[in-house]
Amino acid sequence: MATNQPPTAAPRDAYIVGGNRIPFSRAGKKYVNASNQEMFTAALEGLVARFGLQGERLGEVAGGAVLKHSRDFNLIRESVLGSSLSAQTPAYDVQQACATGLEAAIAVTNKIRLGQIESAIAGGTDTVSDAPIAVSERLRKALLEANHAKTLGARIRPFTRLKPADLAPASPSTSEPRTGLSMGEHQAITTAKWGIAREAQDEVALNSHHNLARAWDAGFFDDLVTPFRGLTRDDNLRGDTSLEKLSKLKPVFGLKLPEPAVPTMTAGNSTPLTDGASAVLFASREWADAHDLPVLARFVDAETAAVDFVHGHEGLLMAPVHAVPRLLARNGLALEDIDFFEIHEAFASTVLTTFAAWEDEEYCRTELGLDGAFGKVDRSRLNVNGSSLAAGHPFAATGGRIIATAAKLVAARAAETGRPARALISVCAAGGLGATAIVESA
Amino acid sequence: MADKYTQAVNTGFTRTLAKRLGLPRPSLLRRHTPGAPLTVGPVLVVSDDASVADADVIAKALLGWDLDVRRSAESTAGDEHFRWGAVVLVLTGAQTPESVSGAVLAAGSTLRRLAPNGRVVTVSRAPESGDAPAVAATRAGVEGFLRSVAKELRAGATGNAVQLTGGAEVDSASALAAVRFFLSAKSAYVDGQVLPVGPSGAAVDTAYWERPLEGKVAVVTGAARGIGAAIAKTLARDGATVVVVDVPPAGEALTAVANEVKGTALQLDVTAPDAGAKILEHATGRHGRLDIVVHNAGILRDKLLANMDAAKWDSVIAVNLASQLRIDEYLLGAGVEGLHIVSLASTSGIAGNKGQSNYAFSKSGVIGRTAATAPLVAALNGTINAVAPGFIETDMTRSIPFATREVARRLSSLLQGGQPVDVAEAIAFLASPAAAGVNGQVLRVCGQNLVGK
Repeated sequence: MATNQPPTAAPRDAYIVGGNRIPFSRAGKKYVNASNQEMFTAALEGLVARFGLQGERLGEVAGGAVLKHSRDFNLIRESVLGSSLSAQTPAYDVQQACATGLEAAIAVTNKIRLGQIESAIAGGTDTVSDAPIAVSERLRKALLEANHAKTLGARIRPFTRLKPADLAPASPSTSEPRTGLSMGEHQAITTAKWGIAREAQDEVALNSHHNLARAWDAGFFDDLVTPFRGLTRDDNLRGDTSLEKLSKLKPVFGLKLPEPAVPTMTAGNSTPLTDGASAVLFASREWADAHDLPVLARFVDAETAAVDFVHGHEGLLMAPVHAVPRLLARNGLALEDIDFFEIHEAFASTVLTTFAAWEDEEYCRTELGLDGAFGKVDRSRLNVNGSSLAAGHPFAATGGRIIATAAKLVAARAAETGRPARALISVCAAGGLGATAIVESA
Repeated sequence: MADKYTQAVNTGFTRTLAKRLGLPRPSLLRRHTPGAPLTVGPVLVVSDDASVADADVIAKALLGWDLDVRRSAESTAGDEHFRWGAVVLVLTGAQTPESVSGAVLAAGSTLRRLAPNGRVVTVSRAPESGDAPAVAATRAGVEGFLRSVAKELRAGATGNAVQLTGGAEVDSASALAAVRFFLSAKSAYVDGQVLPVGPSGAAVDTAYWERPLEGKVAVVTGAARGIGAAIAKTLARDGATVVVVDVPPAGEALTAVANEVKGTALQLDVTAPDAGAKILEHATGRHGRLDIVVHNAGILRDKLLANMDAAKWDSVIAVNLASQLRIDEYLLGAGVEGLHIVSLASTSGIAGNKGQSNYAFSKSGVIGRTAATAPLVAALNGTINAVAPGFIETDMTRSIPFATREVARRLSSLLQGGQPVDVAEAIAFLASPAAAGVNGQVLRVCGQNLVGK
């Protein structure tokens, strides 16, 4: 593997003060009339209220949405302007598919570590319910041509070339532009390649629901979530689900894979399309102290990776498998040093293929450049308060959800044991991308 | 906003009609706006012969508040258009029933010319054990007198009594603060009430009144909407940094209140065993101190007792009463100094209400615990008091059936329901440093509701 330099001593550390999100809602339900801007503004407002940031000029707010209207070119800045923060708070949009939220956090924490800013909010929002709908490519060209035409005849002419099919709207999809395959179909190939069993996937889904439900009941989200539009809990959550119920669902991905592959991915062990938004407050220690705000955790370091899925060399969602060994090596850490694994559950099998790859000597040597198997993850440390299978996954909002949960988990663990606690965050993304980070108790 | 009937009898044709028909005509009550004069006109200060010195002290204090203060009504006798803003009747020194006649009649002679939203305030001493029978009779007499006068007043005018206890002097901070509160538009819906005021420090200086809660940190439970939200806004207006608390499901509305008052939101169920610890930790951790706790969180689960189930009974007791006891116990156990606690009781807790045996138990319980906690808080230089709202125009009372609601509204001397801000003003007063001499009391904000005391 490419040797990474040990993390250059940053001038100082960046800390996680706390987070806020709105409950996540399945597409087409409670937030059917909520825009990305409304949802992100709500997430910001809850964060402002929790930490008394009214009128505060923050260093910056960064975030984004994956499914974004072109009119939302300044989505985050517009959200800031609609919030109780000072209008003098700068903002910018980030987009890295499902890793948007985490990438935004990496960007702002690096600025804090460099001393360019003292405080920041990172987050994201996504709505499938209010997604932009485009016209077909041929209709779009005709409209543009007509717009530039000077005579009536010239204005009408482009439309005479259209066929009825060109009038159908082009809905957003999660298909990869280079392969035409949906994310689920891509993951089905990876799942089959690693031979991940249906039961193992259902078990990951079951744990996600049970863990998230337990965390809600214990009040874990009392200071992490603010209700929105009458929704007070993630409505995808099925606390009463069972292996039996999950096992009855029909597979939906990988149905056309050649033998001997058996379709295993169902609506139960795949993340549903979801609406929601999240935001996390970061600061330097000095800023937090000056504002009498206790900090939960340190945002230690991050690593992103990308894989060549286009030519089938690697699975679409396997980039974090490459990023994590580099990240841990740079920080002198091994898997055993991690107390909490916050692995985004795009699909239950994403988590399981990640683990299988790390346990595979041959793969780790040839693909990751390691001396042998990377190691085994203690499953009891995986997504202990649930993850995307239960909460849902509004693409850009997932990073913020995970960071805030991880920060609270390590803070509580450190308070309990008196020793530092660490969490590893891993988010896979479309385009063969992945972002990972280490969070450590402050 | 006044209710529709009150608006109708105060505007245009419907006003004339109501007048002709002799319909009850509730007034549009004057409420506090920053910068507006304290009273609607000149203030007459009268006293019996034995109370002249105290009346002088009060008159002097009123002059310091930029009021037009008169010690006699004579100069205005022939002026038909003259209107008094308020009458302060000082009877602190009265020793015999026969001695108050002159002062009482002098006050009475002004009432025909009392301006709309005028004020009558009596200042006297509470009957106390050890009083000679004649003295006790005189002092007790003032109470019945005041309550009757309040019922005679019209056009939004109110009558209230400041009753000095434990040797409190008229020039003390709390005696004057109580007089000022009753004179002001802040007590718009407080009528016919007798407020006992104990000893307190020296009178506050004039600059104090702008922002009496400046530098204070207040926690308000149940602050997401209605009366709780009004309390948060009023305390913030008076200078306090406010921590707004409500159950997590109410978080969206709570966020809006927190951001409006520039405070912080704490999503917390007050019935949680560690609620007191969380409140103290948040207030001191984020804002450096805790000065005021307003126990406003409350729920209704109405049922006739014959149909009551455990869930309805227990949840009301847990939220409305047990949570307050537990939080107070924690805060006092933690030794928080100078804490001003104010609880929401209810006229239901005083008079009882059909279908509300659980609610009335909890609110009556609040009154009992307020009295019992008073000496414990006093040991830490704090106070605990309760406010008992009557019919207040909120989402909760809007759900009452029309006819019942109309009757409930008109069953008071002011012939209308109060606004959430009326309750909030009373709480802001009781929570203020100048009210340090008021402890263990229940102040009704009910427009002198005909039900109860």
